[in-house]
Amino acid sequence: MSFLDQLIIHGPALLIALPLLGAFLTPLIGRVNDKLRNLFVIIILGITAILILLLAQEIFASGPITYVFGSTAPYVGKETVIRILFEIDALSIFMAMIGIILSFAAAIYSWAFMEKNTGLDKYYALLLLLTVGMLGMVLTGDMFNFFVFLEITSISSCALIAYYVNKAKSVEAGFKYIVVSTIGALFVLMAIALLYGQYDALNIAKLADSITFSFVDKIALVLLLAALAMKGGIVPMHMWLPDAYSRAPASVSLVLIGTTQAGLYGVFRVLFTLYGNVIELPTISMGWILVILGLLTMLVGVIMAMIQVDFKRLIAYGAVAELGYMFLGVGTCLTVLANPEVTLAQAPFAFEALKGGLFHVFNDALDVGLLFMVAGAVYYATKQTSLNSLGGLARNMKYTTVFFIIGLLAVSGVPPMNGFASKLLIYESTYQLNPILSIVAILASIMLLAIFVKVFHAAFLGPALPQFEKVKEVPKSMLIAMGIIAAFIVLFGLFPDLIVNTIVDPAANALIDNTGYLQWLTGGA
Amino acid sequence: MIANIPYLAVVGLIVIGLSAVLFRKNIIKMIIGITLIEAGVNLFLITLGYREGSIAPIWTSSPGGVMAYPVPQALTLTSIVIGVAVTALMLSLAIHIYRHHGTLDVRKIGGDDQ
Repeated sequence: MSFLDQLIIHGPALLIALPLLGAFLTPLIGRVNDKLRNLFVIIILGITAILILLLAQEIFASGPITYVFGSTAPYVGKETVIRILFEIDALSIFMAMIGIILSFAAAIYSWAFMEKNTGLDKYYALLLLLTVGMLGMVLTGDMFNFFVFLEITSISSCALIAYYVNKAKSVEAGFKYIVVSTIGALFVLMAIALLYGQYDALNIAKLADSITFSFVDKIALVLLLAALAMKGGIVPMHMWLPDAYSRAPASVSLVLIGTTQAGLYGVFRVLFTLYGNVIELPTISMGWILVILGLLTMLVGVIMAMIQVDFKRLIAYGAVAELGYMFLGVGTCLTVLANPEVTLAQAPFAFEALKGGLFHVFNDALDVGLLFMVAGAVYYATKQTSLNSLGGLARNMKYTTVFFIIGLLAVSGVPPMNGFASKLLIYESTYQLNPILSIVAILASIMLLAIFVKVFHAAFLGPALPQFEKVKEVPKSMLIAMGIIAAFIVLFGLFPDLIVNTIVDPAANALIDNTGYLQWLTGGA
Repeated sequence: MIANIPYLAVVGLIVIGLSAVLFRKNIIKMIIGITLIEAGVNLFLITLGYREGSIAPIWTSSPGGVMAYPVPQALTLTSIVIGVAVTALMLSLAIHIYRHHGTLDVRKIGGDDQ
């Protein structure tokens, strides 16, 4: 067996072990040399990214991977044995790709962006821990394990949001976030206990197989959805998100997008896999709840974004609006799945909507991530965050301006950027469910364009201001990080078919058809 | 009836904790509320694994008889450890908030944000 095969077989464990051990080595290496530490973090994340690519190749070729920690057989005699499963299907690896791209870009971006701050050893350790939590949430096949990784993500991201402890607002944002996310995580734990008490199992596949949708299951579903949608920043549970995103350092906001989407992954996994076998039972369709939440999220996001004057806070509300599109796409698919009179083959738009929703998860991470990095670059160069005091920056920061234009076009769904590709899929498919849905979606996109054009004018155009005469272009590491994300945006925009067919399509299939996820019950592993 | 008392205690703890988080204005009291919710959830997990007249689940020196279920105890232990970390982090943030504002009353903190 070659080294590469071994690497793929133990890939799931290494994906967690590598950044986790790296996180605790980082402060030690930081004692030796600062540059060495930065390089070490980037290399760790790079190796993790390569591992994810290897695993992705394996999964797209030959189906889900189950990795077992502990006993190899699920039962010895009649006793259940202690073991934890990692179940990685196309959706998990799809989310892992998003997470690692964002973390990798954030680590490169931090090199120059955070250089002048103190406490960087801890900063980098927390950044790696946050990555571990994010990857763990999407890779695990065990409910309690999911809770543990959820808490790792909460704790490390809270500490990073409150990184600027000398600023009162950052500390308040951090406190708000930890209160909200801890209560959410405790709700998740309560739901896990409710499910465990009934079915004597913590494994998602085992639970999905035996779930009956009793009254207690309904309570568990409500608790899980409320808590995970809160982690995902869906209106009306979005109030922590603008504070957290805008008060954290820009590189942290970038990774926070990944954690938000790990929360959304939880919502999708709960609805499609955990409750997948009983999806037709709810009398009030979960799909419509998701669609309505999606529409609300879009509208509240754009309306709140319009009145903001703080650069990062405005982008944060734009990010809230973008989250609505994913819920809209996935919810549209659920309405069809939950309707016993229509099969999926009769309504092909449902699958398109799901693909659009998932593709938009990836695109949103890239678009909003790029905008946050640009906002961070503007802050780095000018030390200003208010749009009222910015202006004429295109004269001195030409690369940053180009990146902002790319991000602006992508986030508001203008061709040929990637936002257009996924939004078009969502418009086309939701129109067939109800025309009003796509009208609201298009309206929100137009408003996003208007908002970001306003920002572009306020920050980059206009006469040269005397106080910004000495402003220089940001350092290379920040430009490289922005360049990586911008390259992905343009690539996805120019060849959407390639991306949709190779990675989005398997992920959407994995959600709809959960037999692959349940495979170990009937034989495998 | 007597067997249901732990469940009533769970509901009581969670309701008291939630109301403290929602209605108390002092940050320390909010943190106490969160630890109460946590205690409620932990108690729920432990109660799930308990069987009447059972003994601690230690295989090696078992005198025989019914054992309590070990998995919820393992889960609770993990949850307690996580809870300590979260509480410590929240208290350290409370210290920083106090340093900035000289008060822990949420009505006097913040303001100029929309």
